[in-house]
Parts: sequence; structure tokens; C-alpha cells
Amino acid sequence: MSATATKPVEPRSHKPVESDRAKAEQRLGQKLVLPAVIVMLAVTAFPIVRALYLSFYNYSLTSPEDREFVGLSNYVTGLTDPLLWKSIGITVLYMVVTVAIELVIGFAFAMVMHRVIFARGVIRTSILIPYGIITVVSGFAWQFAFSANNGFINGWLPFIGDDFNWFGEGTPAVIAIMVSEIWKTTPFMSLLLLAGLAQVSEDMIEAAKVDGATWTQRLTKVILPNMRAAIMVAVLFRALDAYRIFDNIFVMTNGALGTESISFLVYRQTIEQFQLGMGSALSVVLFLSVLLVAFLIVKLFRVDLARARGEG
Amino acid sequence: MSPDRLRGHRRRRLAAAAVSLVLGGTLLSACGSDGKPTLNWYINPDGQDTLTKLAADCSEGKPYDIQINLLPTGATDQRTQLARRLAASDSETNLMSLDPVFVAEFANAGWIAKWPDDLAAEVTDDDVLSGPADTVTWDDGVYAAPQWANTQLLWYRKSLAEAAGLDTSQSDTWTWDQVIDAAAANNGTVGVQANRYEAYFVWINSLVAGAGGDVVSDTEAGKDAKVDIDSDAGRAAAAVIQKLADSAAAQPDLTVSQEGTSLPFMFDPNYAGEFMTNWTFVYKNYEPTDENGFTKEQFDDLGWARYPRTVPDQESRPPVGGIDIAVGEFTENKDWAFEAAQCVSSPEAQEQLAVNDGLMPARQSVYDSSGLTEAFDPTVLELFQQSLEAGAPRPKSAYYNLISGATQKSFHPPTSVNQDTPADAAKYIRDVLDGKALL
Repeated sequence: MSATATKPVEPRSHKPVESDRAKAEQRLGQKLVLPAVIVMLAVTAFPIVRALYLSFYNYSLTSPEDREFVGLSNYVTGLTDPLLWKSIGITVLYMVVTVAIELVIGFAFAMVMHRVIFARGVIRTSILIPYGIITVVSGFAWQFAFSANNGFINGWLPFIGDDFNWFGEGTPAVIAIMVSEIWKTTPFMSLLLLAGLAQVSEDMIEAAKVDGATWTQRLTKVILPNMRAAIMVAVLFRALDAYRIFDNIFVMTNGALGTESISFLVYRQTIEQFQLGMGSALSVVLFLSVLLVAFLIVKLFRVDLARARGEG
Repeated sequence: MSPDRLRGHRRRRLAAAAVSLVLGGTLLSACGSDGKPTLNWYINPDGQDTLTKLAADCSEGKPYDIQINLLPTGATDQRTQLARRLAASDSETNLMSLDPVFVAEFANAGWIAKWPDDLAAEVTDDDVLSGPADTVTWDDGVYAAPQWANTQLLWYRKSLAEAAGLDTSQSDTWTWDQVIDAAAANNGTVGVQANRYEAYFVWINSLVAGAGGDVVSDTEAGKDAKVDIDSDAGRAAAAVIQKLADSAAAQPDLTVSQEGTSLPFMFDPNYAGEFMTNWTFVYKNYEPTDENGFTKEQFDDLGWARYPRTVPDQESRPPVGGIDIAVGEFTENKDWAFEAAQCVSSPEAQEQLAVNDGLMPARQSVYDSSGLTEAFDPTVLELFQQSLEAGAPRPKSAYYNLISGATQKSFHPPTSVNQDTPADAAKYIRDVLDGKALL
């Protein structure tokens, strides 16, 4: 019945008939990617499905025999608990502030890397050094820097007392975490922006110059509009990365003083408290919220990923 | 042979050599330096040098080598690291030093081996003090051997107690009320552990037990355990915390105070001294040495008493801690592991730990050994034993971490504790156990 109904709109009928050779190539192609697909299913799809499955259970690793099916109860508990919303709030704050600052500093670095005429290699390398450092190491380095006992930050900042404890209350601790995060990932931002800068045609800039455009006008009317796709991709990548912030918090405050991000909350439930059911439910929530953030950025800024990759 | 085949042959030989090198390396790494198989012992950092020596001594003349592996400093991190290995059925986690509160959790999860009856009887015989002996049992079985035991005493300045008119001959009947009032009225302070961490739960648990109650009971029922903290005993405990938090005797860093933070207040010239509940290491901490700068006069002024009472008419229930030695369930040669566990927790081992590191024995007989009687004042040794006998263990539960964490969260900061706190805590513990609230 349905076959007759769908027949007139069947898309296959519009497709050109494939030759035997094309079919054989397609089959070979499928066979070639099969091992990769199997590996991907094993390492990515299986854990995702398993987490989804576990999220419907009340399951503690230390009490395996007490495991019971609770349906959506973990989701209800998580989503109605202020702790989750508090950590989502602080995570969004980390994301917005660090990405905004990184965008500005990263753009300045990208301009420097693009325009520099002497010691190009040295300058580009030194800008990229923080990105090559492991986040945990960066976290420790900044923790020492902010330390009231042996750090240098208090001595450098004139409006702050020498014995100011950055990790004594929430706001300064959040600032310290953000500084470490920004220092570490700005080079990544500038790399992406540098690629965008390189795509802007020199002819257009020259033409604008000849027409008497000032430096600011050239920047805002020529360079930035032509880099739009690259900027949006940089923002998208960094925002998703920043939304999953974990290492710096783990090293610098261990989640105390209200600095806990949603990734850290998931870590605590699963790894520290062995609550696999609740931890899995929260990681599904984390996964969905990452998708939502990505969707919002793509829609709000109308990012065309295909164009950014030079496919359009 | 053609050059091509020769090359192929060589390549195969090279590959075979590489494989045998890798395999050989793997096999060798499972053996000790003299080719004997290795038993991995995960230790916590207390008394590391003595434990290293014990591992060497207990490997002598045996078919195995005990290899020390250091765990992180924090109890939570130690537990996480071991759990991650054992949850993956790691057969190379053979021996482990466990904080007593984790024995129940690990036993219930099936991660540590139940001791055979004959060995169990040996490691928990009558010589073992009842506090530590109680920490190694779960569900009618013995799952570890007590290696050393820890308890808290009330450490104080004799001069401060005298100025306050406290009768030191009756020090075992002192109450928290008396101690707080005495300190407040005489420019002294009271040192406790009230940061949001495990030792805060230790304090709350002992206060509740000292008033004849408990935080939770029927803990073998898992998450259906009975939550009892909303009781007169719970409110008596809350009253003590509230009184200290509101008192002039509270130390300035009360809300983040830990074992180490209250030590300097004892002989701080700005104060007349302190009353401090703290573990047994305090004795060695203040004993004058060339490095620590304490004088003999100061040490002579140091007094010790039994843990204070929560309510005047009931004996106090001091905290119990220490380390138990457990055997990994997935160990291939458990007989060796049990033998090694017994050796590193033997009376001789306990004596060495006490004399070298101030980690007190879990066995009564060791307190009478010449090593200890030379190293410690006899009255403090007697008090340690008494305190361990009367101690209130923390709840033994597969959900211990949730119970402790939820209680800490409800009672923190101590400045917010009032008579409603026990009821709030009871509700929150219940919700966390039922999976209805996040911790």
C-alpha cells in the first residue's frame, strides 16, 4: 500500500543509472571504510549508548547488587536540582568571557603573525608556545602565579594587597581560572584567525587604500567582513571547547568556592562518588547542552561551515 | 636465496626480535629485581620509609618481592585511584593500605578478598583493640588486617586549664561546653577540624555518638539505611558546633580549619593556648627536637585528656582512624598476598611504625613493648588504648561517601549550624541516598 503511495516521489527514479564500475567502486569504498566504522562504533558509539543505558538506573559502583531501573528519575533529579543549573550558569560565564577576550587578543596576535616582516619564525613560535603546553601544567603554573605565598601576581597588581588570597572566595578564583584558560587557548584562536586573514585578498585592501580608506575603515569594511566565516568557526570551536572546561578547575580549586563547571559536576558524580547512573544522566545532559550551544552559535551567527572550509 | 627473499627473511627476524623484546620486557616487569614475582602494595604516604623497609623485610626468604606503590596524599584521591584499578579487575593490585571507612565500600563492591577464617581469627584476635578490629569487618566477614590505629585526644596547655580552674584529675569527664567556656574566658582558643572535608564528618560523628546517637544505622541495608541524625543526639552535636562557632574561643579560620591549621595556636604568644581535638601525631609534633624549635618548658606545659563529652552524663566516643591492609580480590596468588599482609601488620611492624612515625599500634601488646614505652609518656600510651577501645567508628556502608559528603554539606559552614541543621541533614542524606538530590 505504502509502496504505491510513495512511488511517484521516489527520489531514486531521478538519479542517473550507475554503471557497473561505479557500483563496484562504491562497494570497494564501503569495504575500505568498514574497519574504520567498526573501530568508531566500538570506541565512540558503544560508550554513548552505554551511558544512555546506565542513565536509566540508580547504580553505585560500590553496591552493584542494588542496581535498579528508575526510568527518567535521574534526569528529573538532575534537572530540578539547583546544583546543575548553578554549574551550567558558571560554565556559560567561563565560555562567554574567555571566548570574548580570546577573540580580541587572538585577532591582535593573528595580525602580528600575518604582518610581521622580521623574525617571523621566532615571533610566530613564541605566540604559539602556550598552546603547546599541557593544560594541567598551565593550571599549576597559574596557580603558583596567583598564590598568596609565593606567586608574583599580587606583587605586580598595584591595587591588590600582597596577602590577597585568590583562592579564598568565588569571584577571584573564577578570574584566576579564566586567566589560565585564556593564556592557554588564545594561540589556538589566533591560528584559526590567521588562516582567515590569509584568505583576505591583498588586492581588495590595496584598492581600499587607493580609495582613501583609513586603517580602521579597511579593518571594519574590508578585512573583517571577508573573514567572517573564519571568525565564526574560531568562535564555534573555542566556545564548544570552553564549555567543556575541566582541567584548570580541577587543578586550581578542585571545584570548590562555586567554580564547578558542568563537566566537573559529571566527573564528581561518576568518578568520585561512583554514582554511575546519575553521572551518566548528567553526561547525557552535558552532551545535549553542547549540541544546543553548537546549534545556537551556528544559527545565531549563520555560520556556513562548508564555506569556511572552502567548499562553497 | 634471492636478495628479495633474504631481505624479507631479515625483516621477519628483526620483527621477531622486536616482539620478543617487548614480550620479554612485559614479563620481566612483572618480576622483581632478582626474578621473583612481584606483589604490588599500594600505600598512602604516612610512614613511607618504614613501610619501604617492612616491604623489604617481609620479602626476605619468600618466593615473592613486595613492591611499594605510592598513592596520592588525599583520602578521596587514594580511594578513586584504587577503585579505578579494582573496578577493572586489576590482578596486579595485590595489597593495599586502606582508610578504615573504605573497607565496607570496597568489600561490598567485591574488590577486596574476604580473609579465610583461620587467618581472619589471627588478625582480629583478642589482642587487637576493639575500635580497629571493628573497622575490618563487613557482613560477618573479615576483609582486612588492622596495621595501625589512630584516635583523637584533647590536647591542651596545662597553664590554660589551670587558669580556667578545670580539674585536670577529672579530665575524662570534661564536656565540650566546659572546654569552650574555659578557653573563651581565658584568651584561649578551641581547635577542631571544620573545613568541608572528611575530618569534619569525623568530628560530627563523634559528637553525635557521644550523645548516644548515630548519624545512620542499619547500614548493611545499603541505601535503605536508617538516617538517625534528626534526633536529640544530633541536636546535642549541633549545639556544640553552634556554641563554638559563636564563641570567642573559635579560631579565626574555623570554617577552613584542618588537622594542621590549629597546631600553631597551642603556643602562639597572642593567646593563652588552646584546647585542640586532634590525632595522635600531635605528641611527636610538639616533642622538642633540633628542627621544630619547641622547648622543654613548652612540652611540659602540654597536657592530654580523653576526647570531651558531648553531654555531661555520657562517656565520650572518640574518633577512630588508621590504616587496614586489604588483599585485592583479583590477585592471582592470594595465599602469598595474605601472608604478606599479615607480615606487614605484625606486632613487630606495628612497633616500628609507632616508634619511627608516631603511627599508633592496633594491638594492645605492642603498647607494652620497650620501643613504645621509651618513645612515649606512659599516660599518653594508656590514653591512646582507652580511646581506641571506646572509639566510635564511622558508619560502615557501601554508600559511606554519600553519607559523609551529604552530612558535611549540611553542616558547613559551622557558623550556619543551628538546631534545625540535623533535620535538614537527615532529609538531605535521605534524598542523596535515594538519588533524589545531587551531592
